[in-house]
Amino acid sequence: MNWLPPNGELHGITMDAMLRWNLAAVFWMFILAQILLVVALLRRKPATDKRTKASSRRAFLFAWLLPLLAISGLYARMAISSRRLWAARREAPASSRPVEVEVTGVQFQWYFRYPGADGIFGTTRAALVNAPAGNPLGLDPRDPHSRDDIVSSLLVLPVEQTVEIRLHSRDVIHGFFIPGMRLKQDAIPGMTAQVRFTPVVTGEYPILCSQVCGLGHARMQAHLRVVSQREYRDWLAVREHARLAAESPGPGESQP
Amino acid sequence: MPATFTRHQAETERKDPGFGGKPPLDRRPTGGGGGDDNWDSRPSGRRGPRELLIRYRLGVFSGLAGDFVFFAVLVSAFFVRQTAGHIDASENYVSDWHPLSVPPILWINTAILLLSSVTMETARRQLFHEIDIMEEWLGLGRPAVRRAAPWLIATILLGCLFLAGQWIAWQQLAQQGLFFSTNPNSHFFYLVTGTHGFHLLLGLGALLFALIAMFRLKRVEMRQIAIDCTAWYWHAMGLFWIFIFALLTIQ
Amino acid sequence: MNTKVGRFQLFTTDHRRIAVRYLVLGLVAVVIGTLLSLVMRIHRVWPAVAFPFYGTLRPEDYLAVVTMHGTLMVFFVLTVVPQSAFPNLVLPGQIGAEQMAFPRLNAAAFWVTTASLVVLLAAFFAPQGAPISGWTSYPPLSAIAAAGPGQGTGMDLWLWSIALFCLAAIASSTNLLVTIVACRCRGMSWGRLPLTVWSWLVSSALTVLAFSVLLAAAALLLADRHLGTSYFLPSGEVVNGLVMRSGKGSPMLWLHLFWFFGHPEVYISILPGMGLASSLLANFTRRPVPGYRLMVGATILIGVLGLGVWGHHIFVSGMNPYAGTAFGLTTLAIAVPSSAEVLTWIGMLFRGRLQPTTPMLFALGFLSFFIAGGLTGPILAQPALDSYLHNTFFVVAHFHLVMAMAGVFSVFAGIYYWYPLLTGRRMNERLGQVHFWVSLVAAYGTFFPMHLAGLAGEPRHYAQLSGPVASFANLIPVERGITFSALLLATAQIVFLINVAWSARRGSPAGENPWRATTLEWSPFPHPIARGQAYSYGGSAERDFSPQWQETGAGPVFEGLKKAPSPSD
Ligand code: HEA
Ligand code: HEA
Ligand code: CUA
Ligand SMILES: [Cu+2]
Repeated sequence: MNWLPPNGELHGITMDAMLRWNLAAVFWMFILAQILLVVALLRRKPATDKRTKASSRRAFLFAWLLPLLAISGLYARMAISSRRLWAARREAPASSRPVEVEVTGVQFQWYFRYPGADGIFGTTRAALVNAPAGNPLGLDPRDPHSRDDIVSSLLVLPVEQTVEIRLHSRDVIHGFFIPGMRLKQDAIPGMTAQVRFTPVVTGEYPILCSQVCGLGHARMQAHLRVVSQREYRDWLAVREHARLAAESPGPGESQP
Repeated sequence: MPATFTRHQAETERKDPGFGGKPPLDRRPTGGGGGDDNWDSRPSGRRGPRELLIRYRLGVFSGLAGDFVFFAVLVSAFFVRQTAGHIDASENYVSDWHPLSVPPILWINTAILLLSSVTMETARRQLFHEIDIMEEWLGLGRPAVRRAAPWLIATILLGCLFLAGQWIAWQQLAQQGLFFSTNPNSHFFYLVTGTHGFHLLLGLGALLFALIAMFRLKRVEMRQIAIDCTAWYWHAMGLFWIFIFALLTIQ
Repeated sequence: MNTKVGRFQLFTTDHRRIAVRYLVLGLVAVVIGTLLSLVMRIHRVWPAVAFPFYGTLRPEDYLAVVTMHGTLMVFFVLTVVPQSAFPNLVLPGQIGAEQMAFPRLNAAAFWVTTASLVVLLAAFFAPQGAPISGWTSYPPLSAIAAAGPGQGTGMDLWLWSIALFCLAAIASSTNLLVTIVACRCRGMSWGRLPLTVWSWLVSSALTVLAFSVLLAAAALLLADRHLGTSYFLPSGEVVNGLVMRSGKGSPMLWLHLFWFFGHPEVYISILPGMGLASSLLANFTRRPVPGYRLMVGATILIGVLGLGVWGHHIFVSGMNPYAGTAFGLTTLAIAVPSSAEVLTWIGMLFRGRLQPTTPMLFALGFLSFFIAGGLTGPILAQPALDSYLHNTFFVVAHFHLVMAMAGVFSVFAGIYYWYPLLTGRRMNERLGQVHFWVSLVAAYGTFFPMHLAGLAGEPRHYAQLSGPVASFANLIPVERGITFSALLLATAQIVFLINVAWSARRGSPAGENPWRATTLEWSPFPHPIARGQAYSYGGSAERDFSPQWQETGAGPVFEGLKKAPSPSD
């Protein structure tokens, strides 16, 4: 019985192990407690009620204080182990040059923008947003940096390379959720969230929206495709090419 | 000028500071010692005049605690909003927060409000003036009420003056072209002064009610309650105003 | 003690009648809320089903149903019943007061609550239907009418309803606070208060603070919607192809304000149940509560710490990761006093002979669910794990077990236990047992498998189980099981309703003190004096308990009188 979806992320392995450990600990505590409840319900003999002071103090110690200390110890252990993983995933500075992708949530779609050859994201302006005309993000054609930006509705990433996501939303709060990468981050309009992850297994992974964002919330989904480094470069190159070819008639266009 | 702070000898003997910290002579004369004159051993609700007063005071304090949190949220919204700027494309820090210089009349208003707190407190203390209350208690007249009324009326007038001052301040801002929706700071200014003004309006209503109540209520302790609770509310509004005003001027 | 509810009076200030009205209000809300939950459950597994009077659900209808279900259940069931109905019913009795401190304020609070419910239900009939942004109503979805159907008039009605509810809750809790502090009878010192009263003291204090925050947040949101401010609206919003007015507010502000309210709110809804469980466990094992002071301390600690953990709902919102760690720590810290209470309860079960009456069974059920749902709390409290589990059905499972089921079971326990106070009769035991066992099994059947759906990554608020890329089709058998179980769970409640109605006339007469309880609400005298501890059971063989209103043979009876509350000093 494995309910978690297949994991494809570096820290996901640790997270899965931690989650399993937590679930097991809690599950057995649950079972133990329920057994105690049932036993108490079925027990017919009254407990001896006349106890001496000393023995009741000992009983208190064994039946209350020690278990409480043990449980508190368990919570402390949870705090420490989760702290390590959280620090590794969220607080550590980016190691090498990561792949940078800008993710924008829009009712009810995800758009992924790659900075292109120059490695710099061009400016966008809300007033220029025009999805039917092929500019869903409002790229500013006057900015040279945005000339080569690639906008896609498919997220393609190279395997074994850290990805840095810059998360935006343009309208309401969305939740960027890739179960297979054990990653979730809210996209809050007006803010940029930065999250990092490292895919280690190639394959296809669904991307979901985890914050209720309107009537299309349940179908606000996209694909993540983790491919080898070479395939990734090829994919980018094809896109780049198409982008530059489309450039000549008029700027600000891209294919979804 | 009534002799507000002159104390009667009996008061001095009882070490009563005269501001309501101690009950008026709580024990109704039982005439001859007999009977259960220990209020504390009676069922709740019959423990003498001070019991109700304390109840109402606690109620007002609890409500004011909630109100304080309410204002605290508005203020925290202010701070969040104030620090919300962003770095634009050319790496400049842009903020739409234009500090607003508060109209000078607010200083006068503040002084008026503080003064009104003083008059209110004076009015309140009249109703805890031991000797006068004793007379009212025994039904010999209403000296405490008669002394408190002018102070209460003064408070009402000062309160109206304050609200009028706030109105003028709004007018002045409007003349400078700062309307509610001009910029986020003016939003905040109007919102918070408006909310506070609304509270004061309620307070004025309570004051008027207390003024009428003083003359019409039959039971002395109810008269005390009407004034006492209004006074605490009024003081709290003064206190909130000082916080708000400090915030608006310092920002 | 027979105080039947007599002639109808519209604006009664009698606390018991107000309690009955609150119960009726809660019942109306719970019936609607339950029907809505069944609509959700059915839609999830048979999306094509046409509902009578409506037809098939559109995705936005599903979201509206979720929102209204959550709002009704959290506010109008689990706040109103444990925090308004029960204290009105028994609190004055338990502390020996004749009335609430402010009877008229109390009545007014009830009517404002009713108005609030009416306004909320009116949202169903708003032009585009009820709001769809969930009971948490995150902006900008909740701040911009164009952001979705139901976010216009429906959302406005929701906000006004919540604002009214806040006012009523603050008024009613102020009343409770003052009653507890200033209206206790002679001899009722702090150390003799029943644990239910301590719980109400703490939850009322929380209510006054938390609901004031919600009220202010709702006011700011209304200002954003109608006055053109932008506390929650960032710049550069594009909604439905329209560039919205530019403000530089932040939705984060709402997230913090809402959860600063929201977390204390969940404790407001469970603390009374915890106090009641302690009382019932003591009464039906005929043993005093061990560590009374520890229990009081734990209750207060939960209340105080509860004000500092709100961040655990927004670990992945873009809050500073260090803040995430800090909130995770405070959350794990708050689990300690809860665990201490659980251990005390389990210990109590083994100290005497347990009497499996219906109220006791429901108290045990409360315990069972509180443990089952509570234990997943520490898992969610770890940011590293929550960043996977957040807003999945794992969370839905957590809070339905710990809030919905534990909370509702404590409500049932209270109703079975205090029913004789209202009608002079007991509820039928056999029906009660049937109700308990079917509900227990069906509730686990409903909410336990939700953990699995959550682990599989299924998010909340999904109208369909299949989307363009990800489909949770393999979960359909589980989902179907959940739905059947939920139908059974709801059906079991009919037994309860029948029992309530039937027992009012035909139940066995209860007599003065049917549960042989010690607390003062069962006192036969009109003006009781508290002469002993709240829970003194297990004295001698022939008298196994000494009620608080009776003089005990042993010990100085009036020892407590010196510490009597004397409101005049
Ligand atoms: C008290 C709280 C409470 C209760 C009791 C329930 C009860 C139930 N809930 Fe609810 N639920 C919530 C609070 C509650 N829920 C909240 C807060 C949400 C989130 C909303 C959001 O995201 O915005 C939610 C969301 C939610 C979802 C998630 C929807 C989604 O995100 O896609 C689902 C799905 O199955 C669900 C199902 C059910 C079911 C089957 C029941 C059944 O158990 C119903 C059976 C009913 C009973 C057992 C109660 C009967 C009680 C009585 C008869 C006692 C009354 C007596 C008197 C008052 C006198 N609920
Ligand atoms: C009554 C309501 C209630 C209660 C009491 C709790 C109790 C707790 N809750 Fe829960 N919670 C909710 C209602 C409640 N919660 C709701 C409604 C939500 C979702 C809101 C929404 O998003 O819509 C939520 C969500 C929620 C989250 C956010 C999840 C997310 O959205 O990602 C978190 C995270 O930390 C959390 C943690 C906790 C913790 C640590 C406790 C602790 O207090 C639990 C303490 C109890 C225990 C720890 C059990 C102790 C038992 C034992 C130790 C047994 C041992 C005995 C033996 C073995 C003999 N809760
Ligand atoms: Cu986007 Cu939900
Ligand atoms: Cu919480």
